[in-house]
Amino acid sequence: MNDSTQLEAPAVAKNGDMKQRMVGIEIENLHLSFGQTEVLSGVDLTIEPGEFFAFLGPSGSGKSTLLRAIAGFGPRPRGMIRIGGRDVIDLPPWKRNVGMVFQSYALWPHLSVRENVAFGLRELRFPRAEIGPRVDAALDLVGLRDLADRMPNQLSGGQQQRIALARTVVVEPQVLLLDEPLSNLDANLRVQMRRELLALQRKLGLTTIFVTHDQEEANTTSDRMAVLDGGVIQQVGTPQQLYDAPCNLFVAGFLGTANILEGRVERDGEAVRFVTTTGEALPIAEAEPGRGSIVLRPQNITLTTDGGPGTIAGEVVHREFLGSQIRYIVQAAGAEIIVDQSHSVGTDWQEIGAKVSLRINARTAVVIPRGHGA
Amino acid sequence: MPDTPATGNLADKLPSALFPRLSATALVAVLIAIILIGLLLIPVLLVIYVAFQDPNTGALTLNNFRDFFSSSLFRESFWNSFYVSAMSVVIATAIALPLAYITTRFNFAGSILIQSLGFIPLIMPPFVGAVAMQLIFGRNGTVNLLLRDSFGFTIPFMDGLNGVILVQSIHYFPFILINLSASLRNIDRSMEEAAQNLGSHGMRLFRRIVFPLAMPGYIAGAALVFIKVFDDLGTPLLLNVNNMLAPQAFLRISSIGISDPMGYVISFILVMFSIFSLWASFLFMRGKDYATVQKGGGGLSRRDLKLGEKILAYGVVLLILAFVLSPHIGLTLLAFGTIWSFAPLPDGYTLKNFVTMWQTSGQYISNTILYAGLAALADVIIGTAIAYIVLRTRIFGRKALDYLATAALAVPGVVLGIGYLRLFHGIEVPFVGKPMASWWVIIALALMIRRLPYALRACTAALQQVSVALEEAAENLGATKGRTIRRVVIPLMTAGILAGFVTSFATAAVELSATIMLVSSDADAPLAYGIYLFMQTPSGRGAGAALGLVAVLIVGLGTFISQLIVERDKKYRMNGQDQ
Repeated sequence: MNDSTQLEAPAVAKNGDMKQRMVGIEIENLHLSFGQTEVLSGVDLTIEPGEFFAFLGPSGSGKSTLLRAIAGFGPRPRGMIRIGGRDVIDLPPWKRNVGMVFQSYALWPHLSVRENVAFGLRELRFPRAEIGPRVDAALDLVGLRDLADRMPNQLSGGQQQRIALARTVVVEPQVLLLDEPLSNLDANLRVQMRRELLALQRKLGLTTIFVTHDQEEANTTSDRMAVLDGGVIQQVGTPQQLYDAPCNLFVAGFLGTANILEGRVERDGEAVRFVTTTGEALPIAEAEPGRGSIVLRPQNITLTTDGGPGTIAGEVVHREFLGSQIRYIVQAAGAEIIVDQSHSVGTDWQEIGAKVSLRINARTAVVIPRGHGA
Repeated sequence: MPDTPATGNLADKLPSALFPRLSATALVAVLIAIILIGLLLIPVLLVIYVAFQDPNTGALTLNNFRDFFSSSLFRESFWNSFYVSAMSVVIATAIALPLAYITTRFNFAGSILIQSLGFIPLIMPPFVGAVAMQLIFGRNGTVNLLLRDSFGFTIPFMDGLNGVILVQSIHYFPFILINLSASLRNIDRSMEEAAQNLGSHGMRLFRRIVFPLAMPGYIAGAALVFIKVFDDLGTPLLLNVNNMLAPQAFLRISSIGISDPMGYVISFILVMFSIFSLWASFLFMRGKDYATVQKGGGGLSRRDLKLGEKILAYGVVLLILAFVLSPHIGLTLLAFGTIWSFAPLPDGYTLKNFVTMWQTSGQYISNTILYAGLAALADVIIGTAIAYIVLRTRIFGRKALDYLATAALAVPGVVLGIGYLRLFHGIEVPFVGKPMASWWVIIALALMIRRLPYALRACTAALQQVSVALEEAAENLGATKGRTIRRVVIPLMTAGILAGFVTSFATAAVELSATIMLVSSDADAPLAYGIYLFMQTPSGRGAGAALGLVAVLIVGLGTFISQLIVERDKKYRMNGQDQ
């Protein structure tokens, strides 16, 4: 598993070498319960070799449980987990060769940074002479070789995060699992660290799963992601696919701000319209006739003062200045609709109480048929 | 204030310089400081000073130490004390380690058993059980009689130093159990999972991660056991093992008199060992706050035992339980037995011992309630005041006050007793016509100082749970500092203060090492001293055991009540948060 050609792998891997080691993960019909409560039900998922994949969901959605199941922690699930084609469901955590970075970092407080990073290599019975250079290379990778002799409690949160990462990648795991790795960092550091994480992942070409409840983190880092809710995978796709074409109301609401109006799709020859319950008709692109909901993103609605066909009349009830945008809350079609208008110097403002019309960009509207998510 | 200070003459300025304006809290702090200095610091420093003083000329000298180490009895005593303390740590570890491991690593139904077993020994003062242990494990005790009859050999459990080691380790192992279990429970499971994730498991995982992380708790417990055993007077005295340091100090002072320097030299050594052990454990623990449990995270993951393991675990636990409960069983048999000598069990059973005890010990019991009650009351008053001063004010030297009160933990009872005898023997108490050293109040004062750390800890914990915002809200609504303390702080601390009172009372009620030095007449003697007197004669043992049961009852009831108060308060607070 650790022949000498891989000695320098973490630090100076050439892309070609790494690609051969990349492995995929297949999960089939996975069920997992804590006592009577089922926390994962029927999870099917394929993660491609070398992919940076995110599990996104609110707390309690089962995303961390799924990650821990891949690492072999928690109750034994039913179903199938294959890593690189090998069924691992009955393997104990120490035989799976998956690297995990814990939310709390879990650096051992009684060991120095160097000893923490060397731990896994010693467990793999590496010769002593080889451990030093590998630890140095891993510390170089995260840029913290200077801190090798510190104790963990002498490090800042960001440094602990990097050391935890170095400790994990130094043993060259087949896949890298990151459990909310940025949640304990402050906002600025979080942005910086997620870029570093992505850069590192690209450099190592390591199949990586990243658990987060923050859609911005998932959007900015992942190649693809899975949105989880209630122990069930709601939708899998690229961040853009999921944002633009959510398959149900949960995904639509969880990824960004969405206005959701109830109504039905009607077809009149060539023209397709969505008619809200209050009787407003919105021209939309292709959709199957029937009852459903329409998802309107705030930035895809235009605020105008001149009415006309295909617009909805309303009244501004609230206004927030967000810097690059002005957010209006407009009472229209029996609901409060959020509308974002981009702002630059000299842009006109609509006053609260102003009578306005909303024009919907028909191509951007997504219609979700009735019965797809609450 | 005049604009030109130069016009004020010296006489005007002098009083304000001599009597700086003090707030009420500062005044209380000064008062407490005087009490602690007078009743703790000066007596101990005096003892140390006398140890370096020539008994005839009063000049400073090291001769006393030379005399001490040139005497083979003292060298032997020194070595014995050290050996007994170290061995007690070893045996206590052997008892505590399996219990701590089983309860924290496995889903074990007997865990509750172990948790209660963990404090049962603490509710019995070790010297009370010592004689009963003699009757069960002694040369002609139950176990050895049975062994001799069935197998023809005996085990010298209680011979000489072995007896002290056995009694002490059975009594003090809970300190290790409690500390070790707490630090094992404080290890976050991610610590273990991270190691498993990197390929480690089983014994290697335990040795490289779990054990080092639990080490600080173990060291804290072990250091405590070492000091307690090293300082203890009652147990060796009752087992008639006199070639140890504390009994030697007691015997020298009580038989030769308070001018004999050897008692002071021994006291100095006892204090130094206490300080050294505390300092060493502090050094070891510095920067090792390994409590890693995360918010919402659990401790180490536990696994189910297989059938064989379960049988083994129950076997170990029950064996230890039987061992640990033997002083209690023996004491009960002794109290209800008629004659118990050269027999596995008493010849017959009777209530006569209780009648004897009741007829002769009324004075002991009422003295105990008086002394321990006064001491505990003073402890919680001072404890609450110190807690408030430390946590809520910026008075200069507030930390010192806290340290000084806590330092009483490092002062052996014998040393405090000798210090009081020396300091107060020349002071007449007005209207009583006795030297202060033989006045009963001095016993209550000694108990107060000895138990102050317990009450202080309870009061500090209670105050820490009172949010400053609650006080600020009261002040915001117009309450003065004094009224805020009376109407908001004290009521919220009540449960903690009460728990502190009960703990101080119950442990003061069975204190022997300081009181034995200070009791000047049987009429002034408390319960612990009464037990000691009874146990001196074989005929008195039954009544002594009956009195011992009363002591166990007092401490047990006290522990139970304080636990109840703390639990109820916790529940009350939780309800408050829900609403």
